[in-house]
Amino acid sequence: MSQLVDITITINGKTHSDSVEPRLLLSDYLRHGLGLTGTHVGCEHGVCGACTVMVDGEAIRSCLLFAVQVDGCALTTVEGLAPTGDELHPLQAAFHETHGLQCGFCTPGFLMTLVPFLDHNPDPDDDEIRALLSGNLCRCTGYLKIIEAVKLAATRRREQRVKP
Amino acid sequence: METRYIGRPVRRNEDARLLRGQALFIDDVDLPGMLHVAFVRSIEAHSRIGDIDCSLARERDGVIAIYTARDLGDYCKPGPLLVPPPPIDGLVFHSRTHHPLAVDKARYVGEPIAVVVAESRYIAEDAAADIDVDIESLDPVVDLATALDPSAPRVHDDLESNLAAHVVQEKGNYEEARQNADVIIERRFVCDRGASAALENRGVIAHWDDRSQTLKVWDTTQAPIPIRNGLAAMLGLSESQVHVIAPFIGGGFGPKMMMFYPEEVLLPWISRRLGRPVKWIEDREENFVATTQERLQVHDAAIAVTRDGRVLGVRDEFLHDTGAYDPYGLTLPINSQCTVLGCYDVPNYYSEFKAVFTNKTIVTPYRGAGRPQGIFVMERLLDLAAKEIGMDRVEIRKRNLIPPDAFPHDNEIIYQDFAPLTYDSGNYAPALERAVEMIGYGEFLGKKQSESRQQGKLLGLGIVTYVEGTGIGPYEGARVRVEPSGTVTLATGMGTQGQGHFTTFAQLVAELLGVDVKDVRVVTGDTREMHWGTGTFASRGAVVAGNACHAAAQQVRKKILALASDHLEADQADLELSRGRVAIKGVPDSGISLAELAVLANPLRGAVSPGTEPGLEASSYFGPRSGTTASGVHAMIVEVDPDTFDVAIRRYVAVHDCGKVINPLILEGQIQGGVAQGIGNAFYEQLVYDDDGQLLNASFMDYLVPTASDMPDEFVIEHVETPSPLNPLGVKGAGEAGTIPVAALFAQAVEDALSEQGVEICQTPMSPSQLFELVRKAAQQKAQGGDER
Amino acid sequence: MKPAPFEYRRPEILDQALEILAEYGDEAKILAGGQSLVPAMNFRLAQPSLLVDINRLDELAYIDAGDNESNDGGLHIGAMTRQRAVECSSVVAESAPLIHQAMPYVAHVQIRNRGTVGGSLAHADPAAELPAILVALDARMRAQSKAGQRWLAASDFFTGLFATALRPEEMLVGIEVPRLADRSGHAFIEFARRHGDYAVVGVAVQVTVDSSGRCHSARVVLMSVGDRPIDAQAAAAVVSGQKPSVEVIREAAAIAGSDEIDPHSDVHASSDYRRHLARVLTSRALEQAFTRAGVRVE
Repeated sequence: MSQLVDITITINGKTHSDSVEPRLLLSDYLRHGLGLTGTHVGCEHGVCGACTVMVDGEAIRSCLLFAVQVDGCALTTVEGLAPTGDELHPLQAAFHETHGLQCGFCTPGFLMTLVPFLDHNPDPDDDEIRALLSGNLCRCTGYLKIIEAVKLAATRRREQRVKP
Repeated sequence: METRYIGRPVRRNEDARLLRGQALFIDDVDLPGMLHVAFVRSIEAHSRIGDIDCSLARERDGVIAIYTARDLGDYCKPGPLLVPPPPIDGLVFHSRTHHPLAVDKARYVGEPIAVVVAESRYIAEDAAADIDVDIESLDPVVDLATALDPSAPRVHDDLESNLAAHVVQEKGNYEEARQNADVIIERRFVCDRGASAALENRGVIAHWDDRSQTLKVWDTTQAPIPIRNGLAAMLGLSESQVHVIAPFIGGGFGPKMMMFYPEEVLLPWISRRLGRPVKWIEDREENFVATTQERLQVHDAAIAVTRDGRVLGVRDEFLHDTGAYDPYGLTLPINSQCTVLGCYDVPNYYSEFKAVFTNKTIVTPYRGAGRPQGIFVMERLLDLAAKEIGMDRVEIRKRNLIPPDAFPHDNEIIYQDFAPLTYDSGNYAPALERAVEMIGYGEFLGKKQSESRQQGKLLGLGIVTYVEGTGIGPYEGARVRVEPSGTVTLATGMGTQGQGHFTTFAQLVAELLGVDVKDVRVVTGDTREMHWGTGTFASRGAVVAGNACHAAAQQVRKKILALASDHLEADQADLELSRGRVAIKGVPDSGISLAELAVLANPLRGAVSPGTEPGLEASSYFGPRSGTTASGVHAMIVEVDPDTFDVAIRRYVAVHDCGKVINPLILEGQIQGGVAQGIGNAFYEQLVYDDDGQLLNASFMDYLVPTASDMPDEFVIEHVETPSPLNPLGVKGAGEAGTIPVAALFAQAVEDALSEQGVEICQTPMSPSQLFELVRKAAQQKAQGGDER
Repeated sequence: MKPAPFEYRRPEILDQALEILAEYGDEAKILAGGQSLVPAMNFRLAQPSLLVDINRLDELAYIDAGDNESNDGGLHIGAMTRQRAVECSSVVAESAPLIHQAMPYVAHVQIRNRGTVGGSLAHADPAAELPAILVALDARMRAQSKAGQRWLAASDFFTGLFATALRPEEMLVGIEVPRLADRSGHAFIEFARRHGDYAVVGVAVQVTVDSSGRCHSARVVLMSVGDRPIDAQAAAAVVSGQKPSVEVIREAAAIAGSDEIDPHSDVHASSDYRRHLARVLTSRALEQAFTRAGVRVE
């Protein structure tokens, strides 16, 4: 019998406890262990970015972490962006409005990369956006409408902050 | 005509599910008792397979079964030939299709040899690594040019050579035309292999249910209905016993149309044998060798022109790499052959190709599908000819465009759909003029380029035209039904991979039925919802399925009006459909809602007149007589780093004509995405095989898919609408258009930037390293030739 | 692409980790950020039998430029400091601007959020940024084992392709970058096919000039042109003691691109092209570095 390790993880505000084999990739644990299938797997070698999730507030590749490694961490996946009601998260809404997605497979990874980015950098310029997005592959859109979506979301965010 | 939805930038119905991570992709399917599959694949390009020792693997905990070709018995047969060759005189075609598991010989790296079924994918991979395949290495066939040498090793022992096909098509008489030409340009052009690299890899899940005697299959296919039909035939089941679902698919781009992949054939068989659901999800490493690829062709081409820039004829002889098998027939090389002519009136054309078997991954269409190669050849020839006779490159194009009054234009050769290659409609000159304006052609050549040179910057401009044969048959169907809730359900048989079918098709139906686009629920890719159809390929969704949706909606509209007219005791001519109601014209709140009508149309009691059909529902089919030809002009300005030869695209212009536009927002997305893949093909993406037939860059680390930083700084799109006369909506396909011209465009632009260095680009892709080598060679030639001048 | 099975240990303090290494040596593989190791494991190119996860060793996550044990005011960075923390550190930006300039070139932000300084160095990829930079900065590496610690010069640390001078029972625990002299200048330039890719060729340059504007010392270290970071000493010698001029720089660059390197050909670039890039980038970097040191290159 292979080794099992106990882990406790908070995901989208909910706590999960499990025993996992050390080699279980976080991406597989999220998708198949917890049924959080919004996180997608595109390459399993850390290039495509589709599996990006937030661990303790920062974007990371879930295919390059073992589930045992996030024991005690707080994670956010795409399912946690707009958990209730009909309202989309402002970034999701911006992607919808600019047609920033086609097949949608890479989209959760883009969103999870962008959420902390806009927290750190609320007014990014075109070069900064492109440099950031270069860590996520999209094969459908040609990226231009994603860039538009980021600008739209950033502008709205700033406008909302300015409002009393 | 005033439209409500057609032609509007309607936002997509499918987005919310995708954005929330709630859309069902294949790997999201999780069934009780499901087993997982991994493959043992050939690690050599060409080998004879001896004993396969699975004993160690069988002992592993969690391993359920292992199968090799021998275990499959009669089921291990070569797959079907998907596309038989078109009726062309003198055509030679050798069909060799693959078995589900390699028998005796493995013919490419990645060919499946054995399949492991286990409790998890992790264990299945562990066990696959335990399996020992005894192989005898054979000399591989890799290089196209030497593959046809009589002494070359043979991919298929029972054939006399590696020739897969030989086709000649001719229009007029090139040899005669050649005699009258002032200038003849001859060159060799090479287009190399690339991968479709959809972000989602392939996958198959099969579940045989013994109680209901039915097979349910989830498959990342672009063509669920043909997959169902084929599986039923292979397994000896009726078509109604097999239910195939193509769920949301993470990009297709052609290779997900290949039928039948070994995995598609094996998983259903395994599930039936084990009585449990089985799942196989391709990983990226497999995808690079097991999913089909495209594009390697070597063209020896010539163009005969007069001093005043008139093209008298083109001759093209090319080799086409079909990989180890040719299940997709001749679609690709015929597309290339038929696309060389482009937007131009070429009176004399001789085209001959040989398709060649090699020990490499199977070749089937990838976005563009043979067309980028054809456009590359023709546009490069025109550039070289213009240079030779000292004519402006736009001018030589203008002088040879097919004039607007020459449509339908018969090219006198046969297209991939077996019909004569006839362009149905087109208006090329205005699109070219517009692109010239938008890219600032005059200013660039007159001033901008030379000024930037003085600052040490190397700017170059490219401008090329292209055509795309789209919307081929045979047919697609659609069923439209008004539900008692007042919403409308629309089913088509096609799969969908992100093209926006949930929205564009909904627009077509909403237009006629006067409901909100959001209230049309589109179902695609489920064989239980639509029995008939073929699939999503060849830029045909909007044309073929779109017109079927339109036709079905028209019939439902008639039923609605008839029933409403009875019910409201009003003349049909006085009724209008809007906001989900049938109302008296000009009195929008009058009349009756579609929901109420739907209930009336399905009475529970009482008599109806004989012949009455229940429900507000209709099915309709559309099959075009032949494909419709879209076209366009793309232009770009590049900046080449004079030292590193890195290339940045500063401005990109696309003037695109795909007939009537259904949704400009989605269309723009298609073009931008297509161009991104074209940029990949032109500058980043090259599958590099070594002499042993090993792919050297089988990962996303080394196979360079363009990123956001690699896209043009500015991107402008304009639409021209020249309706197709071949379908009621007047639409043409647009899915592949963006990709087709980019390699030719990039070559011209970079060549222009490096004109002082005297570089000529005859191959694609072209990396900075390759550019460096070209510049160095040109400098050496200049130095050697210096004395002569 | 699932990793082969392995045994997993997660020490809470450094001593525990060193204990495990002392016991298992070569059999144990250290898991730091895992941004190179885990891909290799997913491809099953790496199949360690024992994985020692050192991500709980908070004691190895620090950036410190104050007075410390060597008491020289140098910059100390712990091996488990995330690359992103280095990138965003104002202390690093001030005391080792070369590192600050180069960090954004290390892959992508998601990778840097997890990837560590020590992991990148111990992995010793000749195309990676950090090894070359630390050689250019004359940094020292602190290797520790149960038996004690030793300091290694960065130039001695990298011994070959993915190979370092670390012994099986040793762990890289931190680095020390000497305090910059006055009138220093730095430059980091790399050519990659796409943003965030490994360098086709890259160069890290650190120079100091004297009060008359002559080059006092220079380090030119090239990436991706050999089996380890290549310290182009002959090229540096050309500029040392000279007044930096276009001509001198050109001469140094020419040398950097010829005798001192042995670049390979691969799917991205030919060997000749790499030599060419080595010249081009060295020339650009030297000029940039001298300009930063306050010298006008003419």
